[in-house]
Amino acid sequence: MAFLLNCPNCGERNVHEFRFGGEATSRPTPNSTPDDWIRYFYNRGNVAGVQREWWNHRYGCRKWFFALRDTVSNQIQETLWP
Amino acid sequence: MFQIFAKNRMWRKQPLKHRYEVVIIGGGVHGLSTAYYLGKLGVTDVAVLDKGYLGGGASARTTAIIRSNYLTPEGIPFFNESVKLYEGLAKELNFNLLFNQMGRLDLGHTDSAVYGLRMRTEFNRILGVDSRLIGPKEIKKLVPSIDLREGKHFPILAALYHPPCGVIRHDAVVWGYGRGADRQGAELHPFTEVTGIDRTNGRVTGVETSQGLVKANTVISATAGWSSTIAKMVDLELPITTHALQAMVTEPLKPFLDKTISSANLHAYVYQTDRGEVVIGGGVDPYPSYSQRSTFQQMEELAANTLEMFPCLKNVNVLRQWAGLCDMTPDYAPILGPVDGIEGFILSCGWGSWGFKAAPVAGKRVAELIATGETPELIKPFSLSRFREGNLVNERAAAPAAAIH
Repeated sequence: MAFLLNCPNCGERNVHEFRFGGEATSRPTPNSTPDDWIRYFYNRGNVAGVQREWWNHRYGCRKWFFALRDTVSNQIQETLWP
Repeated sequence: MFQIFAKNRMWRKQPLKHRYEVVIIGGGVHGLSTAYYLGKLGVTDVAVLDKGYLGGGASARTTAIIRSNYLTPEGIPFFNESVKLYEGLAKELNFNLLFNQMGRLDLGHTDSAVYGLRMRTEFNRILGVDSRLIGPKEIKKLVPSIDLREGKHFPILAALYHPPCGVIRHDAVVWGYGRGADRQGAELHPFTEVTGIDRTNGRVTGVETSQGLVKANTVISATAGWSSTIAKMVDLELPITTHALQAMVTEPLKPFLDKTISSANLHAYVYQTDRGEVVIGGGVDPYPSYSQRSTFQQMEELAANTLEMFPCLKNVNVLRQWAGLCDMTPDYAPILGPVDGIEGFILSCGWGSWGFKAAPVAGKRVAELIATGETPELIKPFSLSRFREGNLVNERAAAPAAAIH
């Protein structure tokens, strides 16, 4: 389902102007275990509900930002700068 | 002869017991085929649970193309066995599945795409799959309506011709497997949602459902689209994101196309059904979502890309459109088999856009795994531990491989 995304810089635009950049994850430190790296590389929360994710306004200001999106209804709760 | 008018139930309606040997979560084609093949191996104390009606999820939304012209030495034998099983399935289930092995052309529009197709062809031939590379002359003979003009944006240079590819009546496959499983003693329980999975000492002991607690020695997760949700019930995180794959159907036309046509560059595949409708599919939303609704953008793209191949469809109306949930894995291959550290929990997930065509072989081999306790060679490469070991399958010949990444 298509939806509108509120770019913190440009305002509400069609989702197809944006590039999805994946779930917000935190990069393991160099001292982390191999398990942490495997989790970081491959595993995803893939929540049926609200998740925090990266978006890039590809055909606009080209800025990266976070969005809190409900993956079931595709409703955006909030967009914010990282 | 009056028996053909008798109102026999396809499967019995039974009360949910408190204990089963095997509980299968998900009553789609995968869950039901697993139950069916378990019955054939003598494991009949089986319950299939589904939160909706049987075959109402991804099994109802598939475009039902059956093929084995994949790219990897792991994927090709796996899908080839599935095609073989599909060929004999109508007879085995005694149910007309309307399997039509029409053949398929995978189009190459650039030199690098043709190189990829040639590689696929050779891999297929070495592993005993009927595939060959053909040029525009033969393409024209097989598909007279295709636009072969030179100098256009996506010229058709060559195609991978895969004659065993077919299209099947997907609901019939679900019903056939359901009836077969029921006759062998398995119980089918639609509208029974699993809300939790119980464990003691790292062993699965049962499932909590909307109809009460059910004990079980083995629990299989066969829920396309909801695998991550089920896996979370045993504190497992999967390398899966859920995307919606979109498809649409045009109004019925006179027969003009008797092959499945697919183009990886155009992210689209097209075939004409026995009713004359043209099925167009292949668009995957680039962002994960559990919403099973189409987008105008994706349909517009699909339509434009289809016209690139078949300009003759330009004034044809679209009748229906839909979207189904696909559990995409990073290497476009399924996740099959047991999980280290959670005894009795078996995964049959990550079925992306290649799930329906694999239902018979996955059901058969997972059933074998449960009956014998040993993972069959054919599904060993698809274990969850491949991500830890770095043995990814990298099946780039899957439909949305080009679209998402």
